Amino acid sequence: MASPPTLRRLLSHPWVLGVLGILTVFLFWLLVTSIGVVDKLFLPSPAAVWEAGSSQFQRGILVNDAMASIRRVFLGFVISAGLALPIGIAMGTNRTICHLLEPLMALIRYMPAPAFIPLLIIYFGLEELPKVMLIFIGTFFFNALMIMDAVKFVPSELVETALTLGGRGLPILTRVVAPFIAPQVLDTYRINMASAWNLVIVAELVAANEGLGKRISLAQRFLRTDEIFVGLIVIGLIGLMIDLGFRFLMRRACSWAN
Amino acid sequence: MHLQVSQVSKSFGTGRDLKLVLEDISLELVSGQFMALVGSSGSGKSTVMRLIAGLERPSAGTIHLDGEQVRRPGSDRGMVFQKYSLYPWLTAAQNVAFGLSLQGRGKAEIRERTAYFLDVVGLADAARLLPKELSGGMQQRVAIARALATEPKVLLLDEPFGALDLQIRESMQEFLHDLWRRTGLTALLITHDIEEALLLAGTVHIMAPRPGRVVHTVDVGLDRSDLRHLRVSQPFLELREELASRLRSLDGSLL
Ligand SMILES: Nc1ncnc2c1ncn2[C@@H]1O[C@H](COP(=O)(O)OP(=O)(O)OP(=O)(O)O)[C@@H](O)[C@H]1O
Ligand SMILES: [Mg+2]
Repeated sequence: MASPPTLRRLLSHPWVLGVLGILTVFLFWLLVTSIGVVDKLFLPSPAAVWEAGSSQFQRGILVNDAMASIRRVFLGFVISAGLALPIGIAMGTNRTICHLLEPLMALIRYMPAPAFIPLLIIYFGLEELPKVMLIFIGTFFFNALMIMDAVKFVPSELVETALTLGGRGLPILTRVVAPFIAPQVLDTYRINMASAWNLVIVAELVAANEGLGKRISLAQRFLRTDEIFVGLIVIGLIGLMIDLGFRFLMRRACSWAN
Repeated sequence: MHLQVSQVSKSFGTGRDLKLVLEDISLELVSGQFMALVGSSGSGKSTVMRLIAGLERPSAGTIHLDGEQVRRPGSDRGMVFQKYSLYPWLTAAQNVAFGLSLQGRGKAEIRERTAYFLDVVGLADAARLLPKELSGGMQQRVAIARALATEPKVLLLDEPFGALDLQIRESMQEFLHDLWRRTGLTALLITHDIEEALLLAGTVHIMAPRPGRVVHTVDVGLDRSDLRHLRVSQPFLELREELASRLRSLDGSLL
């Protein structure tokens, strides 16, 4: 049996507390559905959701949908992140480029990305391209502006030290600026990945043949709340995994910053 | 080595925002000399140093190092800043090696020189530690080792101990004095602290602000065989008091 101090230490562990929080909500859900105060149609029981999930899994729909959504997010986000990095760095280091692009980007950033969906459908139809484009539009400007900010906060002493050590040009960028901003860049990607993940679901709700969002909108048509729950939980879990992946990467690659 | 700052003026801004920060500064520094610039905040000490380092260009006048005009930063003028002096993602050894590897020196040479200069500053044991694992004083010693590793003709120190607390500062002053004696380096030190300047420098220039200019120069002829003793010796205290009152009267006349 755990003695009180050990118990307290255990309870104050962030992971334990996190699991406890999730468990509490789960138990509450279990309780509410098992005493039947809410219509099953509105709030399916955990068992029913599990049932629907494993049925989808066995039919291969679940993995198929998840892969479709992940592929779109991945494509759109890789393009966004890959372009935002050089452009953000250019804006952060060059005043002319910054003055030229910052107002434009700040403006577009405030246009809600989902509002571009009708336009994207008109331009690119209903295939993959509009969805990938939506993720690009929804994350690129945030990525670029946040990377620009990270670059602007590189202490000038670090750059000037390199200059007085005989450094010049590109090595300053690759050996001073890049390592310094790496943790913030990873964090920027982690944060904006969340909106990419949101956007792909929104895009699929509107128009798609497959994907986790598509499955949810189909489920709505047939009042299958259990399948909606499956979709929501899977979306949440995949998002969480991506988030943890970025955190892990950051701890490994940038241990100096912690 | 001969560093010559001739009638240098510097202003920042343009039009109505034009601000004259330095007016007619002339300094001369030769091999083995240790010079200090003392002055209140805003008197342009850092600007003088940045001009010498080549990080800024003079608005008027010239700066020559061994007959060649200074136009840009270069490894012949090593610099140590007060803050953010080390690359936080590199170990102490990698920081010392940084300039050498920027210059594309060979691996063996880099390793050997890094070890040598870490040893010079007494930090051979800290080679693998990250800056965050080092005390403030150790960090500044690594920064000095890094600046020395590329063998600059002159070492520029901009309040290198300004962020350290008093006790560590005193031991760092002793360290720097000892380093100067052992290696015969040439140094220009900026400080707020008259005591620090008098302890370390053979020549001390007092600067006054608005616009920044040298108002007084002292050649310090004190016996430096024992710094601890020197700190409390009568001639030292008298000289310190004289300069302190000079600085005070400068501030007073500006109010
Ligand atoms: N890049 C710049 N643009 C505009 N003004 C500047 C710039 N650099 C310095 N100044 C101004 O020049 C004056 C002198 O600055 P400097 O940093 O050289 O003083 P300092 O003697 O080093 O002061 P401190 O002891 O606080 O470090 C200050 O009034 C400062 O505002
Ligand atoms: Mg200064």
